[in-house]
Amino acid sequence: MKPVIVLGDEAVALAALHSGLSAAYSYPGTPATEIMEYFQAQPGAGRDFIASWSVNEKTAYEEALGTSFAGKRAMVSFKHVGLNVAADPFMNSALTKIGGGLVVVSADDPSMHSSQNEQDSRYFADFARIFCFEPSNHQEAYDMTRQAFDLSERFEIPVMIRLVTRLSHSRSAVQPAEPRPQNPLKLGAAKDWTLLPVNARRRFKRLLEIQSDLVKVSESSTFNSLDVNPSAKSLAVIASGIATNYIRECWPDPSQGPSLLKVSTYPIPEERIRRLIAGADTILVAEDGYPLIEDKIRGMFGVPGKKIIGRRTGDLPASGELSPDNVRGALGLAPLPASEGGALGLANRPPQLCAGCPHADTLIALKRAMDEFGRGRENVFSDIGCYTLGALPPYEAVSSCVCMGASVSMAKGGAEAGVHPAVAVIGDSTFAHSGLTPLLSAAASNTDMTVVILDNGTTAMTGGQKSFGTGERLLRMVEGLGVPQEHIRVIEPLPKNLEKNVQVFKEEMGYHGLSVVVPVRECLEESKKKKRS
Amino acid sequence: MVPARPDTVPKQDIILAGVGGQGILSIAFVIDSAALEDGLFLKQAEVHGMAQRGGAVTSHLRLSRKPIFSDLVPKGRADLILSVEPLEALRYLEYLAPGGKVISSSAPYKNIPDYPEVGSVLDQLKALPSSIVVDSERLAKEAGSSRAQNIVMLGAASPFLMLSEPSLLKFVKVLFKARGESIVQTNLKAFALGRAAASA
Repeated sequence: MKPVIVLGDEAVALAALHSGLSAAYSYPGTPATEIMEYFQAQPGAGRDFIASWSVNEKTAYEEALGTSFAGKRAMVSFKHVGLNVAADPFMNSALTKIGGGLVVVSADDPSMHSSQNEQDSRYFADFARIFCFEPSNHQEAYDMTRQAFDLSERFEIPVMIRLVTRLSHSRSAVQPAEPRPQNPLKLGAAKDWTLLPVNARRRFKRLLEIQSDLVKVSESSTFNSLDVNPSAKSLAVIASGIATNYIRECWPDPSQGPSLLKVSTYPIPEERIRRLIAGADTILVAEDGYPLIEDKIRGMFGVPGKKIIGRRTGDLPASGELSPDNVRGALGLAPLPASEGGALGLANRPPQLCAGCPHADTLIALKRAMDEFGRGRENVFSDIGCYTLGALPPYEAVSSCVCMGASVSMAKGGAEAGVHPAVAVIGDSTFAHSGLTPLLSAAASNTDMTVVILDNGTTAMTGGQKSFGTGERLLRMVEGLGVPQEHIRVIEPLPKNLEKNVQVFKEEMGYHGLSVVVPVRECLEESKKKKRS
Repeated sequence: MVPARPDTVPKQDIILAGVGGQGILSIAFVIDSAALEDGLFLKQAEVHGMAQRGGAVTSHLRLSRKPIFSDLVPKGRADLILSVEPLEALRYLEYLAPGGKVISSSAPYKNIPDYPEVGSVLDQLKALPSSIVVDSERLAKEAGSSRAQNIVMLGAASPFLMLSEPSLLKFVKVLFKARGESIVQTNLKAFALGRAAASA
């Protein structure tokens, strides 16, 4: 097979296809979106294998779990915070007897390029006591994914691939290996999948028993390479995943630099770490994420006679992604000489809503209506999507964004605490993801609040993926949840409708009960795409 | 100092810059594919997601005759900044190696209220030790489409890349093939006009 240029995300997807994948499920989220987009772009998608967006990450995970129960190989992928949504099935699935290989891809976003936090998914793998791979480059992303399916079936547990933005969204060449066929149908047994206490205790005991075997796999993995430079006694480096690249960038020739242990699998290879530590006085631990390995090594009492440095000690930045620049200081290297001039004081160019975006019309109308109540943005709870940019100038129309669906539940909590008018702003895809249950809750108690569901027909922020809660179906869902029909108001967010729309907002915000306003107009990017094709 | 001939250098680190929607990733696609064609190692980090909505967009593109470690170009190591927008060219100067070159469009993309006076931006660019400023807007229109500015800039950079011109042209054709022959021709012309402008 010929080498191909792929994104890190695509290397994982390609490897899954070559591993006999039967089904892939996902919910869009940067930087993981391109995994599913790659699956869906393949000619066999939907025919030879399932490649499906799910309504949210929990649903995606459980769908993949069903595939595994049926003996077939499945991949579920999402961004790091998606794993929070899927945490319930994720944690419990470690206790089931995985049939077909189940590979969980969680793409972390150190530096929060497109996220609300920079949590490190390796802790979740540790928490669930499953095996985890952390590739440092594209070829590893491919090779590790192939191994991950095999390990998942061998140990009958889910296996995680932990990516970070810099690998997910970097391109390089990958040499693929021979594809393997899909698994036949083979159903799981009730005693291995019914997590009643009697079974769960037995399954958890078994999970604990295999831990030492998982360590052995890490211990012998060629991905955890140890380059010892016997002449470098003062400093040794442990680097995980792509942090290894930044160290090597500074010391391209291992015989010139400190001894280097690359850690790419979890649970961590303890014996190799002991070997590395034995040969040096100071050990730098470089991880593109939280200080997981650093903390494990230092523990509460440290390592006698050794100095462990990293993010905890301030030798590396406490937060944000590592780079070939910010590891230099910790290695005792001066910054590289650079060109002068320019950069300081340049006008910033933040992301913004497209010119003519329907969200802009909605936000402007909402703000005007809120003015008439003598209230401002602090009465508006928002959510995750393009419309979160409504928090920035020139709109400054909303005041919260916490997690998927939180706008609706926070508005309910706020309303019950005395906020009036209390307004939630949420997009159609986010509403389908996590807005239905809180709206059901609000309908059941007829909370005095107004929920604005921006229906642009797509999951826009991540590039226009399928939305499950748009159009007629959205309106029927809202009604079905118990919102009174006369307080479900559809508007068309256009500049020419401004006065009319302000009036609708005023009426519903003034109504003392639950109301829903649905501004309907297609995302401009989606209209453009349709015109082009 | 006589600059090294691009076909003999061991590596090139390039910062691609522009605004979301200007086609930075199309430039990257052509360079990446040409690099693989020419037997080079490559890594190319790009920006997806939120910033693509009209924000500053950059891509770190690394070509080498040896395996590449970091996906990101270290500050002070870039041999070239190639920008489809003049203000964006200035944003990444700290990445430029001493003696590195800046090739930028002169056409401003004004989607912010505090865009500086264009003349001063261009003056700053021209004052750099090694820079080429190309009127990509005019040349793209001359080629047949104002949307082809990114390919004008690719053409402008092409004499300085460690890549063969036939490989670059091959993937310009691949990039636009699906949109029909006339779009392909427009972009080939845009490439040629950019190349001529930078070589002049």
